[in-house]
Amino acid sequence: MSSVEHPKLTKKDFKSDQDVRWCPGCGDYAILNSVQTAFADLGKKLHETVIISGIGCSSRFPYYMDTYGFHTIHGRAPALATGVKLSNPELDVWVVTGDGDAMSIGGNHFIHTMRRNVGLKILLFNNRIYGLTKGQFSPTSPQGKVTKSSPLGSVDYPFAPIALALGAGGTFVARAVDILGPHLQSMVKQADSHNGTSMIEIYQNCNIFNDGAFTGFTDKGARDERILYLEHQKPLLFGANKDKGIAFDAHFRPFIVEGDDLGKAYVWDETSDTPAPAMALATMDEEVFPVPIGVFRRQDKPNFEYAVKQQVETAVANNKQSIKDLIYAGEIWDVK
Amino acid sequence: MTGTDTTNGLTTSTLESGIQELDQVVIRFAGDSGDGMQLTGDQFTRTTALMGNDIATFPDFPAEIRAPAGTLPGVSAFQLRFSSFDIHTPGDAPDVLVAMNPAALKAHIGQLKKNGILLLNTASFKPLDLKKATYTVDPRTDGSLDGYRVIEIDLTARTREALTESDLDNRGKDRCKNMYALGILYWLFQREVEPTQKALALKFAKKPAIVEANLKAMAAGHAYAETVEIFQVSYTVAPAKMPAGTYRNIMGNQALCLGLVAASNQGNVPLFLGSYPITPASDVLHQLSGYKNHGVVTFQAEDEIAAVCAAIGASYTGRLGITSTSGPGVALKAEAIGLAIMAELPLIVLNIQRAGPSTGMPTKTQQADLLQAMYGRNGESPMVVIACSTAADAFEVGYEAVRIATKYMVPVMVLSDGYIANGSEPWKLPDVDALPKIEVNYAPEGKPDEKFKPYERNPETLARPWAKPGTKGLVHRIGGLEKQDITGNISYDPDNHQHMIDTRADKVARVANDLPPLVPIGEKSGDVLVLGWGSPRGAITAAVTRLQEQGHKISCAFLRHLNPLPNDLEALMRSFKKVVLPELNKGQLASMLRAKYLIDVKSYSQVNGQPFQSHAVEDYMRNVLQEVK
Ligand SMILES: Cc1ncc(C[n+]2csc(CCOP(=O)(O)OP(=O)(O)O)c2C)c(N)n1
Ligand code: SF4
Ligand SMILES: [Mg+2]
Repeated sequence: MSSVEHPKLTKKDFKSDQDVRWCPGCGDYAILNSVQTAFADLGKKLHETVIISGIGCSSRFPYYMDTYGFHTIHGRAPALATGVKLSNPELDVWVVTGDGDAMSIGGNHFIHTMRRNVGLKILLFNNRIYGLTKGQFSPTSPQGKVTKSSPLGSVDYPFAPIALALGAGGTFVARAVDILGPHLQSMVKQADSHNGTSMIEIYQNCNIFNDGAFTGFTDKGARDERILYLEHQKPLLFGANKDKGIAFDAHFRPFIVEGDDLGKAYVWDETSDTPAPAMALATMDEEVFPVPIGVFRRQDKPNFEYAVKQQVETAVANNKQSIKDLIYAGEIWDVK
Repeated sequence: MTGTDTTNGLTTSTLESGIQELDQVVIRFAGDSGDGMQLTGDQFTRTTALMGNDIATFPDFPAEIRAPAGTLPGVSAFQLRFSSFDIHTPGDAPDVLVAMNPAALKAHIGQLKKNGILLLNTASFKPLDLKKATYTVDPRTDGSLDGYRVIEIDLTARTREALTESDLDNRGKDRCKNMYALGILYWLFQREVEPTQKALALKFAKKPAIVEANLKAMAAGHAYAETVEIFQVSYTVAPAKMPAGTYRNIMGNQALCLGLVAASNQGNVPLFLGSYPITPASDVLHQLSGYKNHGVVTFQAEDEIAAVCAAIGASYTGRLGITSTSGPGVALKAEAIGLAIMAELPLIVLNIQRAGPSTGMPTKTQQADLLQAMYGRNGESPMVVIACSTAADAFEVGYEAVRIATKYMVPVMVLSDGYIANGSEPWKLPDVDALPKIEVNYAPEGKPDEKFKPYERNPETLARPWAKPGTKGLVHRIGGLEKQDITGNISYDPDNHQHMIDTRADKVARVANDLPPLVPIGEKSGDVLVLGWGSPRGAITAAVTRLQEQGHKISCAFLRHLNPLPNDLEALMRSFKKVVLPELNKGQLASMLRAKYLIDVKSYSQVNGQPFQSHAVEDYMRNVLQEVK
């Protein structure tokens, strides 16, 4: 480490001394790498950063970061992190969770964190499978998914985590892909600068139990045609030559426009005061439409911990009651 | 009459005019949940406490906020006992029963003492009222009330009469009838009216018409009792000789919160409460939410799991995390408590027990969550368990929980119950400057180039350092996976796992090293030792002191610390021929003691949702004394 006054940490400084134990080829490696890069770029300090996770392959994440870390219990990371943020709002708190962790067992905490707008940065590693328990379908697995617990194909309809987050009042909702490093890093940086809850759904390949779940649109050859990059105040265009676009009808039903109609492509506004366009994109059929990545919604709204802190600080500042006053309160009497 | 802790009934012999002195009285107010019985009882209690009597109360309300009016499930009651000597329970059978309707009468007449005073509101004895209470004949006419001093008053009509000039509509006027009844009792027991006048003025400060109507009704009731001579005598109870000091009437949940806040202030460790509402624990959430001026952060979570997890997050950050709930909530928190045990973080879990299993009887009392507190988690996951035994004791127990949690870096379960939570008693206020020291140390900044060791232990307590995120040089990772001692790295090493399980158990066991000696009431040896924990304390004390006065070799002792148990408990138990343990469960502590000490502890169990009656305990112990001889 250099001895300059404020040494800016490098990506390497964020690596802990623990051996990373994910399966070789797992998408989690790429995400870890991008987060370390982004954290270094952001000039974060190790001791001010806290990473809190649930349970799952993805939730091993904190052990590999040389920051404060808490590997908690299945689904509860946002709840525990809320306690951390309320207790010390100055801390930079990140939550790492999986699709099972956040959408299934922890669904309740996930939605209430969004609703309250707690200043947590949530990285949801969505591999559309339960990795750690060896490959059962998850609440984000497509219907018909054949796994050990669904030998004839699952009959469950899946959640779209982005839609769920939007529905719960999420104020920063974004999507990224494990192998699209620079884009992912940019999402991490934008999430970082957001004041309330940030949620990034990160498509992550589990090469052991759900290999290729996203290759249909993430493969080098398919990307240009199949990925729709959301860019604030720019039309929704996709294709190698940006010659196709997405427009909405009066009911916010999406349709593809090309040629002469390209000008009808919707101009993306991530700060829109209605969640309708974001919701429309979040629920688009992946088979028919390109897959949007980027920021779906960003809204400025006071965060939860700030409001709580204000109430307490004001009460403390105006306090004229000692502990003795508190105990010797109400109707008291003396016995001689 | 000397002050033994027993209730004798109001004397009826010579009904000369004048004031008769009694040493104690038990009154029970019973009516519809909408009749204001809790408020009435509460007013009588405050006034009486201020007049210097010892007092104990037992509110007993239905689970439904407003069950159908006039029905048995809708009956709400408030029993209070006041005296001129030291008492331990709200009394067994009442001397006076106020029954606002037939349902209240039916539910409570069985316990009224022979010759007791029965005040009935005749306005609600119409055929439909009787039917709702499942009476086929009017009990006032079938002789079933013979043997009581029945006083029939049309409280509704009287109250309306008194309030003819009030602007309130009839509904509003009728709401004041409880105050009319209170006025009658205030005359009967020579209570001062000023405290209630002040309290009502404060309570309804924004509604002067309501204050005025209530006070008028009370005054009218008072005057009625005085002039109409429904009672030939009135009674008075002299102030109790209590130890000198400043007193305040307190309920268990209140005292518990005050203990936590006082300890937080003493140890300079800010509090965080994560909670989800549940009867009878919600008042802890309400109370602590009002202590923001003392730096308390409260969080009403989406469920019990979130509540405890947030509390653990707070403890991780350097606040002291507390979570308050009742048995069903503790069940939900079990996994997270295990995490706190594993992460070796302080945490306080308050279980205000209620009658289970499942939803059970939420407003009724029980102590059946002891084994849940002891063993209700997966794996070897011991935690400290302490219990409060009276409303005032809850202050010290709250304080003690903070001391233990922070000194040993362990989760602590505090057991209280609905009876303690809602019952009240005069509390001799502690000298705030003389409260025991609580010393909380956070790990200091780390040295550069030196790796922080999150599981390096204090040799005396085995506590690991409390390292707050945000502190330089202490970055480390914790979690539910087994950790290598000292370094805190994940470890699947068999020897380390054995060592860590032993260490976590040892840490809890060491809490016993700084407990005060057990002091029994009575001799340190003898025929029978009655052990108790939690709310039966009052009934046991009353029963045992009476038996001692009768010359029996019986003593009693109470356990605040249930895990670990005090080191001197075994010797005390072995000094008696027989150990008996009354508990409001199926013998949970009894079985723990039998297993641990191989002593044949006799369990005396009651699980009907009601507290022990001291006379029942006395009778039971008398039989045991007989057997021992
Ligand atoms: C209370 C509880 N129930 C079940 C489990 C088992 N379990 C561990 S991880 C997991 C699912 C993980 O899936 P996901 O969140 O998608 O994470 P991934 O492994 O795919 O990254 C399950 C069911 C557990 N650890 N705790
Ligand atoms: S099982 Fe899948 S998600 Fe888990 S580490 Fe292996 S590849 Fe990654
Ligand atoms: Mg998964």
